[in-house]
Amino acid sequence: MNTQLMLGLLAMAVGGSLHAADIKMDDQSQLTQQSTKAAGEQYFQPPKESELPANAFGELVQQGRAIFVDTQKYAAEYVGNGMNCTNCHIEQGRKANSAPLWGAYPMYPAYRKKNDKVNSYAERVQGCFQFSMNGKPPAADSHVMNALTAYSYWLSTGAPTGQELPGRAYPEIPQPKGGFDIAKGKQVYAEQCSICHGDNGQGQKAGDRYVFPPLWGKDSFNWGAGMHRINTAAAFIKESMPLGKGGSLSDDDAWHVAAYMNSHERPQDPRLVEGSVEKTRVRYHANDGVNLYGQEVEGVVLGQGIK
Amino acid sequence: MKFTRWPLAGVTALLVTMQAQAADGQKIYAQGGANPAAMACGTCHGADAMGMAAAGFPRLAGINAGYTRKQLADFRSGARANPIMQPIAASLSDDEIQAIAATLEAMPAPSYAAVGRAEKAEGVGATLALRGAWGRNIPECVACHGPGGLGVGESFPPLAGQSVQYLSGQLNAWRQGTRKNDPNDLMGHIARSMSDAEVQAVSEYFASLAHKGASQ
Repeated sequence: MNTQLMLGLLAMAVGGSLHAADIKMDDQSQLTQQSTKAAGEQYFQPPKESELPANAFGELVQQGRAIFVDTQKYAAEYVGNGMNCTNCHIEQGRKANSAPLWGAYPMYPAYRKKNDKVNSYAERVQGCFQFSMNGKPPAADSHVMNALTAYSYWLSTGAPTGQELPGRAYPEIPQPKGGFDIAKGKQVYAEQCSICHGDNGQGQKAGDRYVFPPLWGKDSFNWGAGMHRINTAAAFIKESMPLGKGGSLSDDDAWHVAAYMNSHERPQDPRLVEGSVEKTRVRYHANDGVNLYGQEVEGVVLGQGIK
Repeated sequence: MKFTRWPLAGVTALLVTMQAQAADGQKIYAQGGANPAAMACGTCHGADAMGMAAAGFPRLAGINAGYTRKQLADFRSGARANPIMQPIAASLSDDEIQAIAATLEAMPAPSYAAVGRAEKAEGVGATLALRGAWGRNIPECVACHGPGGLGVGESFPPLAGQSVQYLSGQLNAWRQGTRKNDPNDLMGHIARSMSDAEVQAVSEYFASLAHKGASQ
């Protein structure tokens, strides 16, 4: 390799790292679709809380669990919106088909073709903070990351490594035959969702803290979060919403309401390319599932961001 | 929707205040409504609206006015069946319901500890409240009613400060279908999945959170 090229690469690397100093991942899309569960087979069963040892490990796991279920309180400096980890990972990260931690942890480190690098588990979790929490990623060796990793590791006790477990993702559901319909989604939202998430997706608080997460607007997940994909949101909604009544919406309604949710403005994708929504759309959203980033909805181009 | 409702409510409140015969929530609470069948609320719910635990009359102080209005309307319609409250609600005028609901929301209630999902959970009641029973699609009670069951908005009432008798009575009413006034059966489907022992334990749990702080 000649010196000029090396210098050039070095400059690129430095320039790149300066430009994206806070960006830990190039994307945070899920890995491949989950394997399915055979009839009669049980989902992986994480250990019971009562089985935790009364020692420093058990204590760290409990701290990780606390951060996971009350991120607003226990990792406040890393959170930029009104979300808690457990808003998307139901049952404290234990529930099958709701991106359980026991399905994720044993899959890392993982090579990901999309960004052509090996992501560690810490990097994956940093992605959550950056996008879903619209915040700042905790350092890989921080207490918050150590605690979350310990919690994930413990929930994975007895799970095989490097093997996709049934129930590890939100099970994908087929798109409506005639495509999704935002107007229908608005109706489903009013009937099924607004009681908890508010008339305008603003969520609901008790005191100064959110109990029901905001679904769009400044306190919600940003345009880089996995949930901004309509297909991902539809799968999540079908499986777990309304809370405790998962599976009660039709596949089509889950898609419609996911489209309605994601047809609203939310915080900017922190990977914004040269201040351009269009360039960001081409680079990060054009092939990232079904999404409306950079698309025009009712005369307005989405992806402008909101603060 | 909220944004348009507030100014309207404000104008309505102003108009009501300007009328000499405006309903007086305090008076209704202490002495009853214009119709003699509308008994004074304080007779059963206590002068301080903190309820009467042994008899199962719930705390009303500090409860969201929107929630109270809906409950009174549902007692009228029978969506929430109750032989004592049905005739009382039916004899209250709409103005009186507005007034009493606002008065109750403004009445002071003790503060309760905001026990959330991060806390340790020991026993059946605390486990249901803070961990849920997701194998049966039962979310953590605090996921909707807020940490400590302090209540969230118009639709998720406070559980803290309610008695075992009241809480278990309501859960059993949902199980039996005599109370079915929750939007989308959100509470009914949960109650129907609970056992007798769980109803008792979780009621005891939230009742035990009472009286953690002084009156504000």
